[in-house]
Amino acid sequence: MEQKIIDYDFNEETLGFEEPEKAPDKPLGTGEKLSLAVLGFGILMFALQSMGMPPGGTWAGFLLVFLPVFFGTAFYFHLNFKGTVPGIKHDNIYFRGLTNKGVLGWLVGIVFTGFYIALYWFPEYLAGGIKIVNPLSLALSGSPANNWFFYGFLYTLAVFIFGVRMFMKYRHNRYQKIRTASVMFFQLGFAFLIPNLLMLFNQPEFYLSYFWPLKPEYLFPGTLSYFVNHPGGLGMFLIFWGAVMTFIATPLLTYYFGKRWYCSWVCGCGGLAETMGDPFRHLSDKSKKAWRTERWLVHSVLVFIVVTTVLLWVNSATSGAVFGEASMSLKKWYGFYIGAIFSGVIGVGFYPIMGSRVWCRFGCPMAAVLGIFQRYLSRFRITTNGDQCMSCGNCSTYCEMGIDVRAYAQKGENIVRASCVGCGVCAAVCPRGVLKLENGGTFKDRFSGSDKPLGALIDSLKHV
Amino acid sequence: MRVAIIGNGVTGVAAALSIRRLQPDWEIVMISGESSFHYSRPALMYVFMGHMSYKDTKPYEDSLWRKNRIDLVRGWVTEIDAAGKKLIMHEKDPVSFDKLLVATGSKSNKFGWPGQDLGGVQGLYSLMDLRLLYENVKGARSAVIVGGGLIGIELAEMLHSRNIHVTFLVREESYWTNVLPIEESQMINRVILEQGIDLRLLTELKEIVGDDSGRVRGVVTNEEEFIECQVVGLTAGVSPNVALAKASGIKTGRGILVDWSFRTDTPDVFAAGDCAEIITEGEGRNLIQQVWYTGKNQGKVAGEVIAGRHSVYDPGIWYNSAKFFDLEYQTYGTVRNVPVEGEDNFYWEHPDHGRSIRIVTKDGVVCGINVMGLRYSHRVCESWVAEKRSLDYVLDHLGDANFDPEFYEKCEAEIIKEIRKQAA
Repeated sequence: MEQKIIDYDFNEETLGFEEPEKAPDKPLGTGEKLSLAVLGFGILMFALQSMGMPPGGTWAGFLLVFLPVFFGTAFYFHLNFKGTVPGIKHDNIYFRGLTNKGVLGWLVGIVFTGFYIALYWFPEYLAGGIKIVNPLSLALSGSPANNWFFYGFLYTLAVFIFGVRMFMKYRHNRYQKIRTASVMFFQLGFAFLIPNLLMLFNQPEFYLSYFWPLKPEYLFPGTLSYFVNHPGGLGMFLIFWGAVMTFIATPLLTYYFGKRWYCSWVCGCGGLAETMGDPFRHLSDKSKKAWRTERWLVHSVLVFIVVTTVLLWVNSATSGAVFGEASMSLKKWYGFYIGAIFSGVIGVGFYPIMGSRVWCRFGCPMAAVLGIFQRYLSRFRITTNGDQCMSCGNCSTYCEMGIDVRAYAQKGENIVRASCVGCGVCAAVCPRGVLKLENGGTFKDRFSGSDKPLGALIDSLKHV
Repeated sequence: MRVAIIGNGVTGVAAALSIRRLQPDWEIVMISGESSFHYSRPALMYVFMGHMSYKDTKPYEDSLWRKNRIDLVRGWVTEIDAAGKKLIMHEKDPVSFDKLLVATGSKSNKFGWPGQDLGGVQGLYSLMDLRLLYENVKGARSAVIVGGGLIGIELAEMLHSRNIHVTFLVREESYWTNVLPIEESQMINRVILEQGIDLRLLTELKEIVGDDSGRVRGVVTNEEEFIECQVVGLTAGVSPNVALAKASGIKTGRGILVDWSFRTDTPDVFAAGDCAEIITEGEGRNLIQQVWYTGKNQGKVAGEVIAGRHSVYDPGIWYNSAKFFDLEYQTYGTVRNVPVEGEDNFYWEHPDHGRSIRIVTKDGVVCGINVMGLRYSHRVCESWVAEKRSLDYVLDHLGDANFDPEFYEKCEAEIIKEIRKQAA
């Protein structure tokens, strides 16, 4: 045996593979530099105006901030990707601090988390920014901007800016492009414009793209009685819409298309995860332990919200005779711990640390419901192309829901998992064309593939 | 009963899992000097390019081995003592066995080029090679890759991702034409050039030139051109890694000689995967298969045989796949680079050159399919070949094989039209 092989004592487990040395990058093009300068100008404008400088609070001020921010970033992404050949763009993901839990990643995590803490509990710190979007709020909803309008605006802006990035990154992939267009559309229309316009016409602020149990109050007795008593027919329509979406559309659409119809095509949380969260999708934990935790947590949240809803209804029917204030405090507790801390602070704040779908995976009760349907009563499955898998692990690495896709693919089995949001990235990154998202003709054959020899072999082991 | 397996690659692992299934009580020990746990060799490139971390390349959680009582030994076997039923280890206690599987894989080919052992010159196969590449790219600005096969283009992609300028020497008239028909090959040429790789066709390596410190400073081609570089990738194929078996007196040819049940000439010693050469009595050339899938399937059969089952390897209908930068390739059945007597080729290529399909018939029966930039179903294509379907049948059912993601442009109508025209 060759001496240099015998002498090989590298411990790949403990040392890892840090970044290999790189020849100098090509300098940024003029267009890219210009785009960044424009973005910088927008950020500067934001900083100055939020400290009270004119023309903050006017349309001119608003446009001076957000036109440069949007177009600067969008053009930067456009030019940056345009200079490359269409295809999977994951070079250096594990070498960059931002995307591999380095200093920059933690810093961004802290900034995001800080923003959510301010948003929920100290909105006065956002007053400067809120003032800048005031003209838009007045025009859309007829009332001055508050922290929630500011948040909704930034959220939509982020979905659009990073939506442009997704279009460019996946310009070879029509599934990704159409899906990205869909989340942008629903975020802008259903989660931003319509709720604000409803307020302009003195109607209740209502998000047509959120339903119970993600938006539990839409089936709470208090909300319903408010809608019923609301003048005009719209209140009744909204009750009808909420009930139909929860009880009819959810099972039906999930039966035909899997939970993806909602989680990665419509939902705003999913929309942000699929756009701004895309650079962090690989940070999800793929271990079996994480999977166990996920099942306990997400179903606990679902049970919690079901119990709360039932109690509120019992309470309302008995005029508070049975539970008194208990159901109301449950509702508040849910709003604080689940609504604010889990879905906001951790859900988005921890993007650069735990990946882009922490809330969707561990917390969202809507995902839990959709997941139960997807697991037991849906035609959706990810099929595996025969025995072509060579276990590289790109699919598992880039699964934002932490599914160990490879564990199924290398056995030649279909992937039917409650948590899969059908983003389609596993199929996109697979270098052997092994994975395909499909709506089958029936739900009965969705597990087929587990009879493959090697699949059966591994399944017959006790502890895989 | 104690089974030792040398090598924790896909063959060794498939064998170990197969044995454990059939023999819950046997002792199984798997030995590797390369890595502590099984990892996916094809994923090495993604670690280097920063797509994945090393731990992401491991197909199973570390706990699998302990839970299934497969003992892992990290170390190099220096000698197989088949008579004494033990393995002599480098700086470790010997490992005894009742049955042994040798799954030592491949090694990179070197053809005695002058300068092939200079610093900065390497192949790409193992973790050791990957580690070496980390050292070799330090300060490197340009590289030369010799040999136009699958590993060559992977190495080109890896070096390219580190901004290292790559010159790619291909001996043939076009990339990988010893396997691919010219049209597919030319599609890949275009992909290589589009990435900014300096592709030199019909160019051979004559000599690797070193500096005073023994490091490469350039290569000379058969056209006497000097190309400056700091890294040379020798990727002219791999051959079975037989050194250990050969030195230990196990019968070898090009590979370790085995029968269709992976038995070597030595009692209780088996060999499978890349390192094995299956003796095909009266069927012409012996069979050496060196891709992931064959390694996995051979390992599974070898495991069954070792566990005491009657099992014979059936190579089945050939399939393979690869990705050349962003261009995917799948092949099913037999598609030759140059058709032989009795074979007809039907070929469609998308006007943008990004997609193509080739259907080969022999004596009127479909025997092979190549797709580039399209995804086709393994099961469907395999069944066409196995069931000896006619071209008409395949064209009538072509849509069933499409495995592209949803919403992708479907080309089947044009493919069918074009191929019917060619067949008329």
